[in-house]
Amino acid sequence: MRQKLGYLKETPSQTAGPYVHIGLAPGAAGFEIYDQELGRDIAGPNAKGERIRVEGVVTDGTGSPVKDVLLEAWQANADGIYAHPEHAGTVEDGFRGWGRVTTGFETGEWGFDTVKPGPVMGRNSQRMAPHISLWIVARGINVGLNTRIYFEDEGEANAADPVLNVIEWESRRQTLIAKHSAQNGKSVYRLDIRLQGEGETVFFDI
Amino acid sequence: MSTPPKQGEFYQRDRRWHPPALSQDYKTSVTRSPQLPLISLENTASEITGPVFGHNDIATADNDLLTNFAQPGESPIGERIIVHGRVLDENARPVPNTLVEIWQANASGRYRHKKDSYLGSLDANFGGCGRTLTDENGCYHFRTVKPGAYPWRNRVNDWRPAHIHVSVFGTGFAQRMITQLYFEGDPLIARCPIVNTIPDPEAVEMLIARLDMNATIPLDTIAYRFDIVLRGRRSTLFENRLEGN
Repeated sequence: MRQKLGYLKETPSQTAGPYVHIGLAPGAAGFEIYDQELGRDIAGPNAKGERIRVEGVVTDGTGSPVKDVLLEAWQANADGIYAHPEHAGTVEDGFRGWGRVTTGFETGEWGFDTVKPGPVMGRNSQRMAPHISLWIVARGINVGLNTRIYFEDEGEANAADPVLNVIEWESRRQTLIAKHSAQNGKSVYRLDIRLQGEGETVFFDI
Repeated sequence: MSTPPKQGEFYQRDRRWHPPALSQDYKTSVTRSPQLPLISLENTASEITGPVFGHNDIATADNDLLTNFAQPGESPIGERIIVHGRVLDENARPVPNTLVEIWQANASGRYRHKKDSYLGSLDANFGGCGRTLTDENGCYHFRTVKPGAYPWRNRVNDWRPAHIHVSVFGTGFAQRMITQLYFEGDPLIARCPIVNTIPDPEAVEMLIARLDMNATIPLDTIAYRFDIVLRGRRSTLFENRLEGN
């Protein structure tokens, strides 16, 4: 008899559809139901580090903004520590490191307020440049898309980042680097995400 | 419960089991699918870790869609159902204390969403979303009404089968997933372009909740069973040089 490996298969993905807000951001769908919606505050009031805003728009293959996207961010704190029991170290009280935002139905613009993450140790003791992991779902996206946001003003760290350097096409690395500007004294980083076509954002199979 | 062995990276996702990004018959995917290949990454701490939720984040009644939006003493119209199951990983180990979120249309196939303009009526006593944490055995359950089928602008006469959207976290960001639960015996399943983005019929079967008479409450609520499988992780039998955790 042939031996069986006995692994289960992963449940297959399906699109989040046009009404993802109902389940994951009911306020955006137009009604209040929960005592607290999850994912509105990534860092919490006690977080150390530089307060920043990250924003952008997601466009499709025709260059049109995608107005029904939901994005989730996952990041380390300013010391490069994730709020997770498997990552050594502790984070500030209230620092979750995870957030969830939706795009405006009229504009497709999204944005979240957080703190700038510190560098995290990667594989083989190679330090990763500061980055935020991003997961994107929407109608028409069959499997959630994973990407990363890096920061324009971290040029030296970005040049040495082991993940950016996996991308053979150097010109494509730029699609992950958010542009910096100062608005009302606050650092704003903008990263427009192109799902398809010219300037297509790098997406990862993680 | 014994302590599980120290775990390493997640198993590679089988992208031929999942739907491809581009599936012509699901028209919205045509302009929303990347054309260039995904860049494969070996897991780092950024993928192995993920958000942790606790009982302070949600209310215990959030998993009861029969009451979480209804006026006191009122009840939504529709077939009263229990949806329950387990969240496991590919090693068949339970995934405890993980967040499961669901959303759905009401019994008319109408969503409580400002962008849904379908003729089907809204139900004043039904919101259509719920959330819960799995218990120590990976078990979860919801009470709700069975959603109705509804039409959508794809081809002119496309109708979604009755379905409940399901979102699950797992323990690492690499396990994050959204899928849809369908109901056993629904003749619309085989006709749906979104279901048919999945190439393998056996994979489709994994999304079909089974009527579960043993979990049914007689004279009250009928039950469906839906188990969810997230990516499994390697045991570190040998050094795999994953660091930073």
